[in-house]
Amino acid sequence: MFAYLQKLEPPSDDKRWKIIAATMRKLGNERHALIEALHSLQQAFGYLDKPGLTFVAASLKIPLSQVYGAATFYNHFTMKPQGEHACVICTGTACYIKGAEELLKSVAAAQGIQPGETTPDGKVSLLTARCFGACGLAPVAVVDGDVVGRVTTDLLQRRLAEVTQHARG
Amino acid sequence: MLVDELKATAAREQEANERREACINVCGAAGCQSLGTDALKKALTEAAATQGYGPESCLVRKVGCLGLCGAGPLVSVDPSGVMYQRVQASDAPAIVVALGAPPVEHIRLDSKLPFFTRQRKIVLENSGRIDPERLEDYIAADGYLALTTVLNEMTPSEVIAEVHKSGLRGRGGAGYPTGLKWATVSKAGGTPKMVVCNADEGDPGAFMDRSVLESDPHRVLEGMAIAAYAVGASEGYIYVRAEYPLAVERLKVAIRHAERQGLLGNNICGSHFSFRINIRLGAGAFVCGEETALLASIEGKRGTPRPRPPYPAESGLWGQPTLINNVETYANIAPIIRNGGAWLAAIGTERSKGTKVFALAGAIQNAGLIEVPMGISLRDIIFEIGGGIPDGKRFKAVQTGGPSGGCIPEEFLDTAVDYETLTKLGSIMGSGGMIVMDEKSSMVDVARFFMEFCMTESCGKCIPCRAGTAQMYGLLGRFANRTARPADLALLESLCDLVKNTSLCGLGQSAPNPVLSTLRYFRPEYEAAMASNGQGGN
Repeated sequence: MFAYLQKLEPPSDDKRWKIIAATMRKLGNERHALIEALHSLQQAFGYLDKPGLTFVAASLKIPLSQVYGAATFYNHFTMKPQGEHACVICTGTACYIKGAEELLKSVAAAQGIQPGETTPDGKVSLLTARCFGACGLAPVAVVDGDVVGRVTTDLLQRRLAEVTQHARG
Repeated sequence: MLVDELKATAAREQEANERREACINVCGAAGCQSLGTDALKKALTEAAATQGYGPESCLVRKVGCLGLCGAGPLVSVDPSGVMYQRVQASDAPAIVVALGAPPVEHIRLDSKLPFFTRQRKIVLENSGRIDPERLEDYIAADGYLALTTVLNEMTPSEVIAEVHKSGLRGRGGAGYPTGLKWATVSKAGGTPKMVVCNADEGDPGAFMDRSVLESDPHRVLEGMAIAAYAVGASEGYIYVRAEYPLAVERLKVAIRHAERQGLLGNNICGSHFSFRINIRLGAGAFVCGEETALLASIEGKRGTPRPRPPYPAESGLWGQPTLINNVETYANIAPIIRNGGAWLAAIGTERSKGTKVFALAGAIQNAGLIEVPMGISLRDIIFEIGGGIPDGKRFKAVQTGGPSGGCIPEEFLDTAVDYETLTKLGSIMGSGGMIVMDEKSSMVDVARFFMEFCMTESCGKCIPCRAGTAQMYGLLGRFANRTARPADLALLESLCDLVKNTSLCGLGQSAPNPVLSTLRYFRPEYEAAMASNGQGGN
């Protein structure tokens, strides 16, 4: 057997590992718990890294390659640390028709980053989403988990300034 | 909960409703909620208290989707039927004062608009009328009556016969007859059998399933339980997008409440029938809407499809016979049992029965969620219910079926909507996303937008889809920046044919549809992209 499959200890004594272990235990530590475990991991740490994936692989007795395979297959999972604040712009069809592309370009230019990137100071990540299902309010952006509907470039820039300012003060 | 208790609860709730002077309903679906309905509900509750109303005389509650999402936040008042749009927390006192008086004019939404009167609600009958987080509200609206009827009075084959008689077809898009699917799973050998609900609504521009789950989650649970009884399953899974946190939360609450009352779990309603429902979160892969990919994902694997047969009805989740239906399909089941299959079969067209929920969005006056009888014309949906195109712009095309569908131009607007006619027009019914485009939209760009989507979402398992979508995307890019040559058009068309006919699953097989339909109806736009390049040079 591969060595990492025997290491069942969490990578550190961080309490968050207990949540992830509990998620897997609830599903009998069976292989079908993988996606739920990855959700739990990302929710706790913000992204997936190798120690986390190794821990999940060992707990569920799945080869690390397959865990990595699943982690990289699904768009929802990210292996990069995210900024303090997340600005997600919906690029679904309704938002596209209502000008999501201009919105994305303007935020990218203002922050000096491309979609999928984080500002060098680690403050803001700019992301895109397929569709939030809030098409009636298109175009839509989500800033730190809050949906902003009928959003304009100005409104979004203001909102972003607000959340980043607030964090500093 | 036994039948008598169910009826007593319903009677008690109805009586409490009748005693009340008024009920103020605040839309609590994701769209309106993002516009601040939590604060609005609080303000209304406070205003009602200030005016001397208690919860017995005027109830302020959160309900599911009120439909006209584009004009949110929405509020409706029972029993007067008055509706308000774009309501702010500061409007709360005026709304409460107006309860026994004429409505507040500046925020009033005319509930006699064709948007409301032209709809026919079956799946959405409780949307905006009940609190989705209160089981009693659902019971008061005849909830779980169908399940108890089935358990006490019908055999599994009678249930299947009733669904068959209704003519209901799968609402996920493909339109496979639901009764036939149930019969196949019921006859399949092997236990345990599984019942799966596909709530992986990945089409951009579609939010029907989200709204149903957020507005009336028990209806879906009841439909699944009836299906499980009919096919002989005892375990169910709902595979729902992680992008819909509110829907997930409401489902969890609904399952907990139903289990506590013995409407799910062991020995439901005192019978020998047991059924448990688990929730599994998707993780943002469009291909997982395909049934075999969805099953792989529930099993904890990469969501890649596999060839069929064997169909999931014979060998599905963990190799067991599995019934997979879409959210809207399950939501149709309880009313079919309550009113009889013949009742649903009387609505709609010859081959498409009942109603269809559409998510109307894009360049349209009334963006929102609608439910219409099958057979209604596209023109009625867009210009009557939808209120036409805003800003004095001209209608150009309507896109149905998302990345698997096509764009339908003005000359076919009088077509009656059903599975067959939309397919004939080069589009599909799909799950119900309907995006309206005005003259500003370039059809080449729209085709490229969808191809980018399919290219990125291709799981990579089969070559026609993985490589074909990338090649088509590249070719469409040449048209978009006007460097295409005539040979590119020929190549694009031949690739469409290849990818459509040789891909493994529905994603690849339908990926060329947006290109094919825009080529069919808007070919001059492609040709213009070449002409400006001086016949493309070399």
